[in-house]
This record gives sequence, structure tokens and C-alpha cells, in this order.
Amino acid sequence: MADPIHQFQIKPLLPLGGDIHLDFTNSSFYMLLAVGITGALMLGATASRRIVPSRIQSVAELAYEFVADTIRNTIGEGGMKFFPLVFSLFMFILVSNVVGLIPYQFTVMSHIIVTAALALLVFFTVIIYGFWKNGLHFFNLFVPKGIPIYILPLIVFIEVLSFLSRPISHSVRLFANMLAGHITLFVFASFVTMLGGLGVLGWFGATLPLALTVALVGLELLVAFLQAYVFTILTCIYLNDALHPGH
Amino acid sequence: MPDNAHNEPGNHSSDEAALSARLRRLGDELGRERSSRAQETEGPPPESVSSGMARGIRLSTELVAGVLVGALIGWGLDRWLGISPWGLIVFLLLGFAAGVLNVVRAAGEGSNNRT
Repeated sequence: MADPIHQFQIKPLLPLGGDIHLDFTNSSFYMLLAVGITGALMLGATASRRIVPSRIQSVAELAYEFVADTIRNTIGEGGMKFFPLVFSLFMFILVSNVVGLIPYQFTVMSHIIVTAALALLVFFTVIIYGFWKNGLHFFNLFVPKGIPIYILPLIVFIEVLSFLSRPISHSVRLFANMLAGHITLFVFASFVTMLGGLGVLGWFGATLPLALTVALVGLELLVAFLQAYVFTILTCIYLNDALHPGH
Repeated sequence: MPDNAHNEPGNHSSDEAALSARLRRLGDELGRERSSRAQETEGPPPESVSSGMARGIRLSTELVAGVLVGALIGWGLDRWLGISPWGLIVFLLLGFAAGVLNVVRAAGEGSNNRT
């Protein structure tokens, strides 16, 4: 059986930088592709604006409304200043996940370094904006109300650790879902070729994993969208803490 | 209201009045619909539609992340201050507590939305 991890290998497409390997890799290519598709969608949708939207315009409007509603529901109207950040994150993750589902394409989000970079971007945005907006009141985030004074230090430690663990769970969740999904897909799809090589009886046997693969592709499409949404809504929840510390 | 730009220019004024009345009524109904939808906080959370695996990964990463951060900080303090193994012991326990707190919060979000 072929190696199910092989699909995640990073290959330099354009060797640059010599010893420190700042190469333009297939990962960079698919990131650029995701940005390009998003940009083309948005530019194409707004090129000829109409009151009754065309198909591509309604797709763009749907994406806009979806992210804007998510922000309004979790942060409120004041969170709309973060709309560019949240919308970029959502579209980048969604498009690269969906592109990764096309056979033989690379899935950018299956590398933890990419999701960790995105999660850290959100994490530092929360810290910097939180201190800039609230000053030292930002520390209220770590001090829940109505706690007796004698266990307060312990609670503060736990809250700080919980805060520090956010970027880890934020990034691992997206990464693990994409990695696990693509490995599962590969394993089931390779059962088809294995059984298909066994002769006529194998062909009948191969229909079962084939049907499962088709079902799994549908599930993965759902997961691709859902994980982009989960990442977005968690971003909103964390940004909400920066805007309104002190629960 | 200024959306009538698409009307043909030859219309009678009574026609336009009727049209704008209809438009206003539609706008009112849309506004009512939107406000009522905003009250019931976005229907079912997509989490409940998704597979159990997504939920499992979500909750387990919350716990593991807390423990991992606690262990890392404890280990770092041990290395830095030379108080091995006390930093690791204390911060591993604190990290575990933080992980449980994360899980409770993550699980509580879903159930709050549903009720």
C-alpha cells in the first residue's frame, strides 16, 4: 500500500535562499492560489454590481453576510472593525480546504505550522488590541467575579494557563481535522485499488470502499466548511475578550 | 425607496404610489423578520449537525492544550530557576485544571446555544 502521509510532503518548486531554504514550495503555491481565487471571486463579484445579483455576486454576498452575521452575533456591532481580519481568515481557510479536496491537490491546512501561524496572529491581535484598548483593565480577563479572595491566586493562574493554551487548541483543531480527513480518504481510496487488483471477485468487493470514498468526500466537504467556520467563530470569541474583558 | 430606478419612465403617478407602498410594506416585513431572526440566535449550531469526531477532536484538543502549556511552563521554569522537579509538578497540575476548564467552557457553549 502506498504511503498515506506522502500527500503532505512539501516540495520546493522554486529553490531560493540557499542554506536557509526560503524556497517557493507547493505549500506557498497553494496559499497564493487560495488568495488568488478569493481575490478573483470578490473582484469579479463587485465588477458589475446589480440590485438583483448575478450568480457570482450572490456567492460573494452570501460569504459577506455569513461572516458579518457571525461577528455581529458573537461580538456585536463594535466587532465590525475586525471584519477584514475575520473575513480574510475565513475565506483563506475555506478556499484552501476546498481546493485541497480536489484530487492531487495539496492541502495547506494539513500542516500545523500554517494553522499555528494563523492562530498566533489572532492570539497576538487579541493581546495587543486588548492592552491598547483597555490598558491594564485587560487583566480583568483573568479575574472572574465573585471568587473568594483566598483562592483567587490559584484561579488567576489557571485562567492565565487557559488563555495561553488557546492558540494551541485553536490551531491543532483545524490541523488535526484536515490531516485525519485526508488520511482517511487516502486509506479508503487505496482499498479500491488493492481489491481491484484481485480479479473479478475483488471488483465486487471494491465497490464497498468506493461507495465509502464517495460518502467521505461529501463528509470532507462538510468538514472543510465547518472547520473554517469553527476557526472563524473562535476567532470572534477571542476578539470579544479583547473588546470586553471581564466576563 | 430609491430602488425604483428600474421602473419604466412612462408610468402613471398612481402606479408609482402603489408600487412604493408595496415596497414599504415589504421593507417593513423584512425588518420584522430580520429582528425576530436575530432574537433566536442563529438556529441550530452547526456543531450539532457535524459528526461526533469533530466534537471529539475539539474537546480533546482543549484538554491536551491545557496540559501541554502547563507542562511546558513548568519545564521551562525548572530549567530557568533550577527548582526541578517542583515547577513541573505544580504547573502540570495547574495545566490540567486549565484544560478541564477549557473543556467545560467548550462543552458549555454548545449546550447554552441549544437551550
